[in-house]
Amino acid sequence: MDTRVEKPAPALREKPKLAVRNLNFYYGGFQALKNINLDIPENKVTAFIGPSGCGKSTLLRCFNRMFELYPEQRAEGQVLLDGDDILSSKEDVSLVRAKIGMVFQKPTPFPMSIYDNVAFGVKLFESLPRVEMDERVEWALKKAALWTEVKDKLGQSGAGLSGGQQQRLCIARGIAIKPEVLLLDEPCSALDPISTGKIEELIHELKADYTVVIVTHNMQQAARSSDYTAYMYLGDLIEFGRTQDVFMRPTKKDTEDYITGRFG
Amino acid sequence: MNDRHLSTQFDAELSGISTRVLEMGGMVESQVARAVHALVNFSAEIASEVLATEERVNRTEVEIDLDLSTIIARRQPTARDLRLLIAISKTIANLERVGDEAARIARTVQRIVNSGVSTRMRLPVNDLAYEAELAVSQLRKALDAFARLDVERAVEVLKKDDLIDQEFEGLLRKLITFMMEDPRTISSSIDLVFVAKAIERVGDHAKNLAEQIIYIVKGMDVRHNPVGTVEDLVR
Repeated sequence: MDTRVEKPAPALREKPKLAVRNLNFYYGGFQALKNINLDIPENKVTAFIGPSGCGKSTLLRCFNRMFELYPEQRAEGQVLLDGDDILSSKEDVSLVRAKIGMVFQKPTPFPMSIYDNVAFGVKLFESLPRVEMDERVEWALKKAALWTEVKDKLGQSGAGLSGGQQQRLCIARGIAIKPEVLLLDEPCSALDPISTGKIEELIHELKADYTVVIVTHNMQQAARSSDYTAYMYLGDLIEFGRTQDVFMRPTKKDTEDYITGRFG
Repeated sequence: MNDRHLSTQFDAELSGISTRVLEMGGMVESQVARAVHALVNFSAEIASEVLATEERVNRTEVEIDLDLSTIIARRQPTARDLRLLIAISKTIANLERVGDEAARIARTVQRIVNSGVSTRMRLPVNDLAYEAELAVSQLRKALDAFARLDVERAVEVLKKDDLIDQEFEGLLRKLITFMMEDPRTISSSIDLVFVAKAIERVGDHAKNLAEQIIYIVKGMDVRHNPVGTVEDLVR
């Protein structure tokens, strides 16, 4: 595929929350993203699928400048959040991440109580009176569908929860600071089907308030839980469209081969 | 073009179920041909043979349906594979109805023969045989197009459906004339009207099958469109 050709972002019906423009990304000398153009719609779930190494997680990491932790990694182009470029922004990176939260593949509870896990991020940005903080923690845990399971043991360590509960705790921590966008990088890959089902149900509920972007290896998960699906391969965005179209009648042969398991 | 799945077992399941559809198609195609043969030869015996195969056709439909649900449950197919399985589900229902039409013709033949109608009444059975030839050839072409997933051939089937409809109307006029000229033929002629209608329906089922082939290959639902529009769509 000729990546030098300018590919315009496919048209969306919804208002874009995140807009990616001519984005190139390099790990040292290796180009991991090739001129990506894409609009991510507001209050929708957008899934990224593709084989390992296709650049989907790299793209997700550009959305909240996660790559800046590594000096040899650099991004060129624009990632616009409501029209403002977050890549060139002078804004403090932690403020960007307060707007764009992220949940990782492996649950990462902090070595502290369940309550403090959720309150931790909030304390960085807001100084809330105790009662309001209690309310915020309860709200986030309820949103993450974890409240009924932990409400009697908020003081216990987060590490004592099951894998699925830990992941929901991380989601609660992510939404407690009330971000605008929630990035989920393989959030269910370490979970059993029941926990996966709960997280997917949660994703569905979260999109009323947030724009959700999910990277997944599980194609059925993308088909079940997303409104839009992007297929990436070797750093290129191959196809982007409504999930039902991508899974029923993809426009590109490459996409079809991948989703039908003909990828060899 | 990469036509093979990573899972060779999945490939085997899909090609296996397609083969069974073609077998079922072959069964009902010969059922229709035999039923019309029974009519032309006034043979209640051949008609009974046709009726005897109906059970086998019905059983095949049920078996293919079971295979379909098993593949869907185990493989969670998408895109072209999913379209193929949905289309097969509709196609076998159509084929089963073709079998029903053949049985209907066979039962009518039995009734005509048992009513003691003389072959000397010179009922226009050969015109019916011609209509049946068209319908069977449409069905064969549609099955052939299914085997090769050949859109062009499927469109050919759609284009020719009109011929059978015209033939049916012609037959209707002819049978009405028959009845007016010799009221003794009324009962048998009415039977033949039903046969002609059954044959015309076989043609309709062939057309439905052809539309499903376009759905599998192109992902477009072209039903209820004039053939000219379909031609434009698939181009």
